[in-house]
Amino acid sequence: MARYYENTSTFNFSWDQVVRGYWKRYPNPQSTHVLSEDTWSRQIKDGCLHTKRVLTKTNRVPKWGERFFNAKSVKIIEESIVDPDQKVLITYTRNLGYTKVMSVVERVEYRSAGPHQTVARRSAWIDSQVFGFSRAIRAFGVDRFKKNCTQMASGFNHVLHALYERQASHGLAPVSHTLKEMRSAAAAAAAATDRAAANVLSSVNRT
Amino acid sequence: MNSIGEECTDLKKKYDDCFNTWFSEKFLKGDHDDSMCSSIFRIYQECVKNAMKQQNIDFKEIDKDILGTENEFKAPPQEGTS
Repeated sequence: MARYYENTSTFNFSWDQVVRGYWKRYPNPQSTHVLSEDTWSRQIKDGCLHTKRVLTKTNRVPKWGERFFNAKSVKIIEESIVDPDQKVLITYTRNLGYTKVMSVVERVEYRSAGPHQTVARRSAWIDSQVFGFSRAIRAFGVDRFKKNCTQMASGFNHVLHALYERQASHGLAPVSHTLKEMRSAAAAAAAATDRAAANVLSSVNRT
Repeated sequence: MNSIGEECTDLKKKYDDCFNTWFSEKFLKGDHDDSMCSSIFRIYQECVKNAMKQQNIDFKEIDKDILGTENEFKAPPQEGTS
């Protein structure tokens, strides 16, 4: 029986920003374990974008696990569907090979939660069929997955900030001449402050 | 980000740049004509598939679709709700 784990994280960016950033999320300071990333197939079906990508990641296992799982790297298959009308991005990843030793399946749903927020609901199923060790391997897998969740969120946040924060601050830099410009600059400043406050809150909540 | 085949990384970058532009400027704005990047995609694909063949990667397993099919894993029912 696979172990199930779920968690939710909030990104303080619009859904459009998050999905555009999704394809650019590697490399980031938390993704040194990601070695390669390739698009395998891509097509539009019923107005939704279906993508399959193949990633290579380093395989970090503890000493006791090396007898089962000594591969230096693992291949990950990532399927995704972007539904631009419903504003939903679903990603579904699984490891290629070694699935009897440990299989990790992860499903993430990114949904719009207002003009400046996107919620990612993450579900994971971790299984192992190694006789006598499956419980230990599953427990290790869940533990590693939980730790990775925080890293994934902060790595993705880093990319989103790098992509969009500059645009927000550009709006504040020039001296405004017209009343209309001043109003919009003030609105942008207020939004930036709200976002900063929300960012602080979400990082407090994460730890 | 690198491609799985070192020799494909330049093509991958060109394709990714094209795709990212198409995704932001066309797809998200309702234009679903995906011909814009198809020629660079074909060349890039050829390179990646050759690289993967050399690494004995199981194409059949990659081609299998799970998301959106009945093989997709479902979250267990939540405790306390019926």
